[in-house]
Amino acid sequence: MLNIALPKGRLGEKVYAMFERAGFECPAIHEENRKLYFENEALGLRYFWVKPSDVAIYVARGAADIGVAGKDILLEYRPDVYELLDLRVGRCRMCVAGPRDFRDDPGRTLRVATKFSNIASGYYASIGRDIDVIGLNGSIELAPILGLSDVIVDIVETGTTLKENNLAVLETIVPISARLISNKASYVFYKARIEELVRAISREVET
Amino acid sequence: MTIDTEIFNNEEKISFALRALYRERGFKPYRMRRFEEYELYMKNKDFLLSPEVISFTDTNGKLMALKPDVTLSIVRAYRPASGGVQKLYYDENVYRVSERTGGFREIRQAGVECLGFRDEACIRDVLSLALESLARISGEYRLCVSQLDVVEALLDALALSDDARAEALRCMGEKNVHELRALCESAGADAAGAEKLCRLTLCSGAPADAARELAALGCPEEAVKAVERLTKDLSPERVSLDFSILGDMRYYNAIAFRGYVRGVPSSVLTGGCYDRLLARMGKPGRAVGFACCLDRLERLEEVGENA
Repeated sequence: MLNIALPKGRLGEKVYAMFERAGFECPAIHEENRKLYFENEALGLRYFWVKPSDVAIYVARGAADIGVAGKDILLEYRPDVYELLDLRVGRCRMCVAGPRDFRDDPGRTLRVATKFSNIASGYYASIGRDIDVIGLNGSIELAPILGLSDVIVDIVETGTTLKENNLAVLETIVPISARLISNKASYVFYKARIEELVRAISREVET
Repeated sequence: MTIDTEIFNNEEKISFALRALYRERGFKPYRMRRFEEYELYMKNKDFLLSPEVISFTDTNGKLMALKPDVTLSIVRAYRPASGGVQKLYYDENVYRVSERTGGFREIRQAGVECLGFRDEACIRDVLSLALESLARISGEYRLCVSQLDVVEALLDALALSDDARAEALRCMGEKNVHELRALCESAGADAAGAEKLCRLTLCSGAPADAARELAALGCPEEAVKAVERLTKDLSPERVSLDFSILGDMRYYNAIAFRGYVRGVPSSVLTGGCYDRLLARMGKPGRAVGFACCLDRLERLEEVGENA
């Protein structure tokens, strides 16, 4: 049985539709109930929905053989997994954003509010800028408005929230999209099955 | 005195089985101190799996460390002048940051090191011993082997900057060919060479099949032949080539390998040739070895037959 962890929510539904079109369907997933996992015994598949930020943990620890995780999570936590495919859905950007008229003062430590401390630290280390990371768990956009930080590092999809709060993208750090990942040991033991799945799903990826 | 073996946990059972196996194959036990001079690890920081080391000041004012690794100590103690090939085994605790839980952990490792040889047969014997070690750990196991000279040759041909080369190695380690392709393109690398590297990253399978693919990719003939020679006597159902297995090429060369057993989500055995570490420490000859991570076997449901 191949265990597949998908992210709960709209992205997960879109991704499951790709799996279904590729021939890895599991009709039970469409039933209205409160089940947390769904099996197609004939195809040897078991799907389960998990919090998007947890998919990589399930896969790295082998509870799931494969899964779909955002590149933001993979960059932030660096799980020891294989990244087999860019599914090109859930596309957005990891950006530095701040007040529209923001000018960086190199004489002061830059205060950066973010949910992605490792990505922010790595990015600023790569350009040699000293920063003070302020770790937040939500409503990141509020930080520069209230003077808690100078800028934020966060995911930007359409930019509407930024615009409505008089903020703007200052730099794009990296493009983000959903990635198909695999546990390394599972890849060894289910190689043929996982490779078959990767080939089939890659045909469903938008070009 | 008889001891009921049922009282042993997996870690203990497998540790005894491995020690017996290594002794049977002519390896001598190596017992090391729990502490080493901190300097040894700092000089070879990149060789360590995790750069963090627990350090403390000894009563004589010397900065010491709780050993995070066994190989460095064995190489340091190795005296080529004593003559012949040195074949050692160990069963030791190391202290390093756990990849899984963060924070320092005491991790038990059993393994072998073979130093000072010149004949490739030693590498073949160690690979075979790695397979036997996996068989003692579990009934279902696989050994994945990589040839670093092949990786190095294809990477050198692309003439990437140091940063881009490090990124390319990261992508290879993740079997991430979509980013590898984009990286080579943005670095302006030769497209045909980049495609070869991508194919190498995905090249895995039984050694004979993979060797054919390597030849088709135009990999250095000697390196391809070396892979074939080293793996020809190993069971093709248990062994596969896999070029996502890499090591820091300032220390490692030739062969790198990892072992997996069903039911454990990460590799339980890691090893390879480290001639370059020996050379960096001013010692002649070649070296190869591997370590089994016994702490990962705690929840293994069934251990191998001979454990």
